[in-house]
This record gives sequence, C-alpha cells and structure tokens, in this order.
Amino acid sequence: MAIIELRGIQRRYEIGDIVVRAIRGLDLDVEEGEFVAIMGPSGSGKSTLMNTLGCLDKPTEGTYVLDGLDTSAAGPDEFADIRNGKIGFVFQGFNLLSRTSALENVELPLFYDRSGSKADPRARAKAALTDVGLGDRLDHMPNQLSGGQQQRVAIARAMVNDPAFILADEPTGNLDTEMTLEVMSLFQQLNERGKTVVMVTHEPEVAAYTKRVITMRDGAIVSDAPVTERRRAAVDLDAWKKRHARIAVAEASP
Amino acid sequence: MTAAKLIRASALSIFRNKMRSFLTSLGIIIGVGSVIVMLAVGSGSQAQIKASISSMGTNLLMVMPPRGPREANRLSMADVGKLRSEASYLSAITGEVRLSSSKVVGGSGYWSTSVYGLEPDYLTIKGWPVESGAFFAEADLDKRAKVAVLGSTVAAELFPGEDPVGRSVRIGSTPFTIIGVLSSKGSTGTGTDQDDVVMVPLDTAVNRLMRDTSIQSIEMSVVAEELMDEAQAEVTAILRESHRLSEGDDADFSVMNQAEIIKTAAQTSQTLTTLLAAIAGVSLVVGGIGIMNIMLVSVTERTREIGIRMSVGARRRDILLQFLSESVILSLLGGLLGILLALGVSFVLDTFLNTPTLVSSAVIAASAGFAAAVGIFFGYYPARKAADLYPIDALRYE
Repeated sequence: MAIIELRGIQRRYEIGDIVVRAIRGLDLDVEEGEFVAIMGPSGSGKSTLMNTLGCLDKPTEGTYVLDGLDTSAAGPDEFADIRNGKIGFVFQGFNLLSRTSALENVELPLFYDRSGSKADPRARAKAALTDVGLGDRLDHMPNQLSGGQQQRVAIARAMVNDPAFILADEPTGNLDTEMTLEVMSLFQQLNERGKTVVMVTHEPEVAAYTKRVITMRDGAIVSDAPVTERRRAAVDLDAWKKRHARIAVAEASP
Repeated sequence: MTAAKLIRASALSIFRNKMRSFLTSLGIIIGVGSVIVMLAVGSGSQAQIKASISSMGTNLLMVMPPRGPREANRLSMADVGKLRSEASYLSAITGEVRLSSSKVVGGSGYWSTSVYGLEPDYLTIKGWPVESGAFFAEADLDKRAKVAVLGSTVAAELFPGEDPVGRSVRIGSTPFTIIGVLSSKGSTGTGTDQDDVVMVPLDTAVNRLMRDTSIQSIEMSVVAEELMDEAQAEVTAILRESHRLSEGDDADFSVMNQAEIIKTAAQTSQTLTTLLAAIAGVSLVVGGIGIMNIMLVSVTERTREIGIRMSVGARRRDILLQFLSESVILSLLGGLLGILLALGVSFVLDTFLNTPTLVSSAVIAASAGFAAAVGIFFGYYPARKAADLYPIDALRYE
C-alpha cells in the first residue's frame, strides 16, 4: 500500500513580480516499508518537497494522498493533526526544547494528540526512549546529551505517535562520523521493523544506507533508483570503532 | 490538550525564568497591591467616620444653616423654642453655638479650646454623663448665668490633680464659675479630642460671648428610630413656617438625619478614595503593558519552540492558548502576590501607623479578577502573534 502518493505537484512562490517555480510537476509514490533518500543540490526543490511531504506547506497544484487520506482540502488545523498523527519529524538541528528533559521532549507530540487513543503518554515516551537506547537518560536535558544522543531523542519523539512515516531533514548534517553511523543504524533498525523512512540528505555516503535514492534538479525528479550496494550502518560502525580503538592504542604506546 | 496540561506547561515555562517572571509581574503586584491598600484605607476611614457619627447620639436629627455666607444663617433661638413647643416626635432638643479656639484662663494658666453654648438636653442627646458637679439647668439659661462645665481634657490642663468644681475661669474677658466636669469621651475616629471643650448655657453664650443672635445648629433626639422620617418632615414644616417660607421657596436650612450626616461626611473621603484607587488602577494597566512587552519578547525568543510545537501537531489555537495562559498565570500570580502585599501593608498601617484599614473580600476578589482580565487583554496580542507564525518560518528561525 502506498503511504505517499504525489500527483502533478507544483509549488510556485511569488516574490514581488518574480515567480519562483520550486517544484514543477512531480509524481512520486512511496510504499510502506521503504527507506528513501531525496538528494539534490541546493535550489533543486528538495526542501520544498520535504515541506510538502511534511504537511508544513501546501502545493500550488496537485494532490497529495497520505496514508489513504487526501490532504488537498485540509486547512491549517487538519494539517496540524496530520503532522501529529501521521508524520514523525527529525531535523538537522535536532529541534529539541531546551531546558526540557528528554522524556518531556518525547512526550510533546502526545501532548497535542487529539485522537485520544494514546493512553499513558509517560509510559509510551519511556518505551520510545528505551527503544533508541536512551532508557537511562530520561531526565537528561538536551545540553547534557551528545549530538548523537540528541538526535536519538528526536527520533524517539518522531516515533512516539506511531506515525505513518518518518520524515528526516539532513538528520546527520550536524553529526560526526561515529554519531552519523549510530543514527543511520537506528534508522535502518526502524526500517527493518517496517517503518517507512523518507530522508533528505546531500551526502552520498549517507544515502548508501537507504534502499532507494531520488535525485532532484530544478524542481523535478531526474533519477529514481534502488540502492544496489546497500551498506549496513551497524557493521560500518563496528569497523569504525575497531579502527578508532587501534589508532588510540597506537597513539598510547610509545 | 486538556486545561490541566495547558496550565502545567505554562507554569513550567514561567518557573523556568523565575527572575524574569517575577519582574514581569512586579507591575501587577504593585498595581493590585496599591489598589487594595487605597481602598482599604478609604473604607477604613469611612468606617471610622461612621462609628464616630453614630457615637454622636441616638436617633439624631440636626438642623444646619445652608452652606454659604454666614449672613445667610437665619437659625435662631426662636426656631428652637418653636420646635420645642410644636414638634411632637422629639425627646430632646438643643440649640448650639460654637466659638472655636477661645482662650480660657484659670487655674494653672490658660488653654485654647472650643467653647459651646448649649442647652441641658445636650447631654441626653449625646448620652454623656457628668463626672463631678452638675450640668447647667433651664434656670441657668433664663438667668444667662455665668457658669461653665469643663471637658476632662480642659479640666486636666487647667486644674491638674484637683477638682475644678467651684473654681472660676475666664473666657475672653467674662468670668465663669465651674459647676461641673464631664466624664471622658475619648477622641473621635478622625482624631479630634471630644473632651477638649468648655460648655456654657446657650443664652449666656449668645448674649455674653457672641453678640449675635443666630445659632449655628440645632440638634434633636427623636423618640423612636421608626419615627425618624416623620420627625424630619415635621421639623422641616415647622421651620419653614417659622421662616415664613412660601410653597416652592428654597429652604434656608437643612434638616439631616444621622444617615445623611454620615453620607455627607463620608463623601469627601469617598471621592479621595476613588481618586487614589483610580491612580493605582493606572499602575495596574501599566503593569499589564509590561506583561505584553515581555510576552512579545518571549514570543520572538521562542519562535523556534513554537515551530517545533507546530511541527509535532500543535494547532494555532494550542499555541494561542499556551501563550495566553502564560500571561494570565503571570498576572494572576502577580495579583496573588499583590493581595498578600496589600494585606501586609494594611496590617502594618492599621497596627503600627494608626491608620485604620478595612480590606474587603469583594475588593480582593475584584482585583484578582481584574488581574486575570489584564492578563487576557495584554496577553492576547502576543499570543495571537505566536499563533499566526508560519510553521516553516518558525522552524527556520535562528
């Protein structure tokens, strides 16, 4: 079943007399369980596509059917509800609330849950944090966590409402190699458990951990291909750690 | 999102910035505090005026000359006589003249005090007993006797440690024999010493001290409280006849009962209280503007937070309510602290500074309500600004 169905999407911005055509007619289907990377240079329209997919922005033309729900007629409130129930956001800058514990950050989407079906938000948030390996950091503030840990809190927040898909915007952009591998390994785990992930990135190495790479240019898709040589982030992480340990040992011995 | 969660979230963000929140609500604290204190001082002094006028006598009726030039005063001894013989509801009546700051010489020196010309009924009306000696009688009035009764303060000043009855004093150049000393009545609510008086027979005062036949007021006791209205009407009718006023002429005197006297006396302090409370109210509004200012800063500062909240599903209404409830909680907390401050200040004024205060629960409730209203009014614009943010822009805000 298609989670995402985009048909004839166009997005124009009018800035004074100038009309910017950020997306010029785009069709896209993403099936349940896919792991998609959207790539492209800046100005290619991938951010606009990301905003469209995230129901943060409405296309000028075209239809977007999300998890069987046509979003064309939705107003701001319905968009908010869709973001709350169907989409889990992960951002480049983590976007956690400062001076708010990891647990409370993860609880935030449940705070705005209107379906009423999500009982015991505290327990759900705890479970989500344990899931990303931060069960022992529930009461840490974001500034007490490393970048990788903060991104894992953000991923727990994205997962807590059991969304139709996870939408990640350059999730490894602010992370070093080890943390990048950690986060990608987590995404792969989630994907293996059936979660659909759509990720915007400009790093080919990161895209290599996904299953399908879509490349955009000038507001249109120029290539859409499955990843043939798919890498395992967990394996790379182990290798990286071993190498790092060897270097450390080498440096330590006189 | 339930109300409880909303309040909890707002309270959390307020307590995250304790110092700033406190400074923000300081305007409300001071505003609410000063409104309550002003009103407390006002109603305190009014209660005191009321009490002191109630102590003036029971079922009191008073006739006063009209406000204006002294010459317009046409109240006379004849009016008193006519009332005494014709009015049917009166149990006691006295004319009254007053010479304020008269020099009374005798005993150990001299003393400046008020000298009253009165009739024997006066003590009945006031319910004021004589401590030693006696009060003057009708006969003393007829004879224009040069006798005087001293208030306890005057007695103590001029004749310390001895009984002045039988001694003599000079008022102006006229010598008087002291025939009695009144018991102490204490001071009025407004601080006037009621015992700082010398009383002489009305006729004596009018003829020997004043050389002016008009009298300053007439005081009467009505036989029963239920008859106050009838008595007042009758007194008015008798005086109109006595002054030969035809139908439709303005009266050249006014008859007031105790309630009206209290009202008149309270009016000035009421006006002043209202004025002061209004000024304090302005500071409350200024406090509200302070809240609006900080809320606007807070919205800008927390743009990213707003973006995050919107991205995880907050509706515009949720954001609006969050900021609105923050400003309402801020101003309510300010109001609460203001109430505590006012209670403290009122207590200090009342206990240590001899200024009576009366804090009414209605005023407290009203100012708490007003503080909340200020929070809503001045919080709405910033909250609206927050809610109207576009999620993408808010998320990108650096």
